[in-house]
Amino acid sequence: MVLTDSDIQSIWLTIKLASVVTVVLLVLGTPVAWWLARSRSPLKGILGAVVALPLVLPPSVLGFYLLLAMGPDGPIGNLTRSLGIGALPFTFWGLVIASVFYSLPFMVQPLQNAFESIGDRPLEVAATLGASPLDAFFTVVLPLARPGFLTAAILTFAHTVGEFGVVLMIGGNIPGVSRVASVQIYDHVEALEYSQAHRMAAVMLIFSFVVLLSLYAWRPGSLKMVRKG
Amino acid sequence: MKLFKLLFASIAILIATNVHAEKITVAAAADLKFAMDEIVTGFNKSHPGDEVQVVYGSSGKFHTQIQQGAPYDLFFSADISYPLELAKQGLAASDVKPYAVGRIVIWSNSLDASIMTMKSLTDPKITRIAIANPKHAPYGKRAEEALKASGMLDKVQSKLVFGENIAHTTQFVQTGNAQVGIIALSLAVNPELARKGGYYLIPENLHKPLEQGYVVTRLGGNKPLAKLFAVYIASKQSRGVMAKYGFVLPGEKTGK
Repeated sequence: MVLTDSDIQSIWLTIKLASVVTVVLLVLGTPVAWWLARSRSPLKGILGAVVALPLVLPPSVLGFYLLLAMGPDGPIGNLTRSLGIGALPFTFWGLVIASVFYSLPFMVQPLQNAFESIGDRPLEVAATLGASPLDAFFTVVLPLARPGFLTAAILTFAHTVGEFGVVLMIGGNIPGVSRVASVQIYDHVEALEYSQAHRMAAVMLIFSFVVLLSLYAWRPGSLKMVRKG
Repeated sequence: MKLFKLLFASIAILIATNVHAEKITVAAAADLKFAMDEIVTGFNKSHPGDEVQVVYGSSGKFHTQIQQGAPYDLFFSADISYPLELAKQGLAASDVKPYAVGRIVIWSNSLDASIMTMKSLTDPKITRIAIANPKHAPYGKRAEEALKASGMLDKVQSKLVFGENIAHTTQFVQTGNAQVGIIALSLAVNPELARKGGYYLIPENLHKPLEQGYVVTRLGGNKPLAKLFAVYIASKQSRGVMAKYGFVLPGEKTGK
């Protein structure tokens, strides 16, 4: 296996992006999943649908809207400019935000299922023992939902690694910033560098297979936790 | 029984109309977007019943796809070397003919690019410069050459963002995410794009010529319509449209 420096750079960038997105989504996705699992509000259906949207939306739709929204005239662009952060497209953090949207259901849905399967009983018991809701969440829910967290984190990481269309549309293909592995492979193919494309594609294939294999071997049926639509 | 008759009749009609109506698919480099749309509209008008449909993208991608058997009957490449290579591999049904020479410009949607030169690219107001990917898009290669020849490449390297093809690059500028882009003159002269900002024509001695060529693919070789369209491209009407969009035509003197 001979990978060029730019291949390795793109793989590192992909790992960095997927790790950051997984951490961000663990923080943001957990309360969303919790609310979806516990709430009886009529808004639950709407939020659930919004969370599931990236499963069915073409990446081009997501990429197009994100490009407009993050642009200088868009709402996110206006916000980041007034905060002094500057424009987000073509930056690593722009990709993080895009990927957070893109991978949202892969974090929220397994967590929501895990929370739902815990049920009310353990929380009621915790409450009668004098635990505050926050206490109960950290001491009762988190340990019980640990397999759900692991599934969600692995799926989010893997799905972000597999991202292509959105990154191509808002990333600008900058080495070390937005040229992730999938884009690098695309560039190799476009430039007719098939042997280099083969090497990287093989790395991606093996990685994806190992991730899914370990997930299936460890918890058969865990992929069912992501519900289409 | 009645249903069967109806079914047969409709199939017969479908087949009968198919004999007359021909359909071809043209793969065209993204810089041709506006010019080719206009040419095809003219062609379709004079050939009612037939249909020419165009797919736009990067020349390198089409080259790869045709090698892999993509259903394109004609291929208009922004770099003549791609169709020449296809012909060498026996994937062409016609000679490779030049149809135009392209030019590149600095274009902006928000700043007045008509008063710019290559040196203006270091302006701190410009934080992003969009060019097509030099690795496989001919316009990107020429943009990079021009930056290098003018001594700007090192100074603006950190500002560069790369579009998948020249239309994608234009879109980065149009949405305001890049302040300027180095794009095809043929796109910059389109009224919708020319309305704001304007453009600066990059001197052609700064880069190799963007010699563009087309070829009828092996697949299109069996289709009379593909040959008709190939002839139409060299017609006075088509050349007029090409010239309108800033292409320098084969056999004519280059502009500035």
